[in-house]
Amino acid sequence: MANTEKTPRQPMPEQDPKVRSRNFDEVPLGFDEKTAVLEAGRCLQCKKPSCVEGCPVEIDIPGFISRIKEGDFGGALSVLGEKTALPAVCGRVCPQEDQCELKCILGKKDKPVAIGSLERFAADWNLARQTRPLPKLPPKTGRKVAVVGSGPSGVTVAGDLILKGHQVTIFEAFHAAGGVLVYGIPEFRLPKKIVQAEMDHLAKLGVEFRLNTVIGQTLTVDELLTEEGFDAVYIGVGAGLPRFLNVGGENLIGIYSANEYLTRSNLMKAYRFPEYDTPVVKGRNVAVFGAGNVAMDSARTALRMGAEKVRIVYRRSRDEMPARAEEIHHGEEEGIEFYLLTMPVEFTGDENGRVRGMVCLQCQLGEPDESGRCRPESIENSEFTLEADLVVIAVGSGANPVLTRTTPDLGLNKWGYIKTDPKTGKTSKKGVWAGGDIVTGAATVILAMGAGRQAANSIHDYLTWGW
Amino acid sequence: MHQILARQEMAQGTVVKNVVAAPLVARKAKPGQFIILRVNENGERIPLTMADTDPKEGTITLIYQVVGKTTALMKTLQVGDSFLDICGPLGTPTHIEKVGRVICVGGGTGVAVLHPITRALKEAGNQVTAVIGARTKDLLILEEEMTAASDALFACTDDGSYGHHGFVTDVLKSELKKNKDTALAVCIGPVPMMKFCAKVTREFGVRTLVSLNPIMVDGTGMCGCCRVSVEGKTKFACVDGPEFDGHAVDFEELTQRLAAYREDESRSYNIFQGKGDLCTCEV
Repeated sequence: MANTEKTPRQPMPEQDPKVRSRNFDEVPLGFDEKTAVLEAGRCLQCKKPSCVEGCPVEIDIPGFISRIKEGDFGGALSVLGEKTALPAVCGRVCPQEDQCELKCILGKKDKPVAIGSLERFAADWNLARQTRPLPKLPPKTGRKVAVVGSGPSGVTVAGDLILKGHQVTIFEAFHAAGGVLVYGIPEFRLPKKIVQAEMDHLAKLGVEFRLNTVIGQTLTVDELLTEEGFDAVYIGVGAGLPRFLNVGGENLIGIYSANEYLTRSNLMKAYRFPEYDTPVVKGRNVAVFGAGNVAMDSARTALRMGAEKVRIVYRRSRDEMPARAEEIHHGEEEGIEFYLLTMPVEFTGDENGRVRGMVCLQCQLGEPDESGRCRPESIENSEFTLEADLVVIAVGSGANPVLTRTTPDLGLNKWGYIKTDPKTGKTSKKGVWAGGDIVTGAATVILAMGAGRQAANSIHDYLTWGW
Repeated sequence: MHQILARQEMAQGTVVKNVVAAPLVARKAKPGQFIILRVNENGERIPLTMADTDPKEGTITLIYQVVGKTTALMKTLQVGDSFLDICGPLGTPTHIEKVGRVICVGGGTGVAVLHPITRALKEAGNQVTAVIGARTKDLLILEEEMTAASDALFACTDDGSYGHHGFVTDVLKSELKKNKDTALAVCIGPVPMMKFCAKVTREFGVRTLVSLNPIMVDGTGMCGCCRVSVEGKTKFACVDGPEFDGHAVDFEELTQRLAAYREDESRSYNIFQGKGDLCTCEV
């Protein structure tokens, strides 16, 4: 205890904002061994660790940190591997400040242990040395599980159930596995080779990947359960239906949903056009609507594509911005401007149908609405115009109906999300579970993984005991 | 990987037909549906409506016009070569039912998309007239197949080198005048052709289906790239379509959106043809 207060929380080294805002390399550089051991030494190794309570997948946090402190970096990853299929991903994109680090006892007087940075270190150290241990697999049970969607919740289910001896097949609509981790989160925040390594690890464990397969079109859930012979199906397809603003001129060229803009630049690598064939509009004056993590990702991508001015346009105030503080901070450092309390009225274009700008209104905050947040109200005669030749709409997504409309006996709520038992992820259809954004609406990677963990336990019980 | 099992050049090499192994797609596909294809690791995702399927053989038939880098690259592939990715079937199939008298109008490679729909409409018991057109005789495709799939066939060429001298809309108009009981028109081809066909059928009050080909990325309703305005409402062609009421589609917007990447596309095509990286930014 004595020396813990002497060691300050080790800051994460980062690329200089001026340099990084023009490249797609990762922003945080990661701890070196010395820094990691130093930071791990700050952990009090609490008997009743409250950090673990803050983790949706209940990682043994003091356990892996003590391994790092002892210099056993391989052992640290083994401890992580007991609870997470995606340590390199979670170490990067989890909102630790609202979860494990929020609960860290050190945070009461000092700054909490940098748990996320340490998790990332353990994963990266082993990845660089190709020393990720393969756990011993139990005997095969002969039961088959289909996982629909290869995003965070799907791969968690797959990782958990393969370790319990079941045969697991992941169905993915895109040509690459990873879901939002490959199409949505940009390279500079989550390098694609990291995601690929996590997918390769699952494949080494025996998980089968069937890409380019759209459940609801290529095969239906019922066909998986009958013709394809699966004993259980887990649906983790995400909330893949982009929301638009529903204002005039929204179909002008140069106005994208965040899904399209990020898919073009990340998955299809439009930032390397013409080496890669997929193009994307490169704006000089960019406006991004919304203020969540996806909006920040879009804005920072546009900057790296060469934009001169990138603005976040948001109806509410800074306090209501849903993005992680770290993402907002990174964006500000890189020169993103914020137009807060600003509401779009319509988009204007040129004779070729390309967007040239938009008319906006200023707002003030009124009474809280049903979401609990203050409702933005437009101010009379506050109209002004903003120039923009690239617009990204990042105001959330809804439930994509491609799978659900071909599965009539799957109970949905009024927004089209799948209804499940909150403890088990069981749906109204026998042998079918669901979790992640298709149940909750758009949320975080780690919450989707938490839902996957619960469902995997329930599926295992079902396959073992029949309930 | 999806191997090319048969290959044929049509319309003086401007159009290519590939029969491709894709058993899961072939088993499910219905007329009017499409696939998304990627040639190789650096390739873009392009939608192609299927010209035919053979569930027994596990194959699908793709007929495409060479218009840019991706299709030019596809043309270099021979029997035994493969496409890296094929995803499908996607989109909503054509609603096939017996309505009585139907006229099917196709232009350019649109005839390839029209063919399975025409055949299915005839098999459903409709009296089917087909009208196919091209700029000139050598560019006309699938005349034999369309003859077999319909009860009567009219061919048109813009230059008069074969069949009716003029546009498909001329024949469409005269047929609608002659057959007042026509219940449905299916018009598939270049956007201007579909637009003018819809104009003609509107005069006669004949319900009209068109199949749209906007730019797409995922093809499953996830990105909204393919949004089109139909009766003033935004629809996603990949899941709500690709077929829509021809009298309600905003063809001007579709034309503009199809040209979204024209500069990038010609830059890419120039590099592919060995002409170098010509900058066309000022165009």
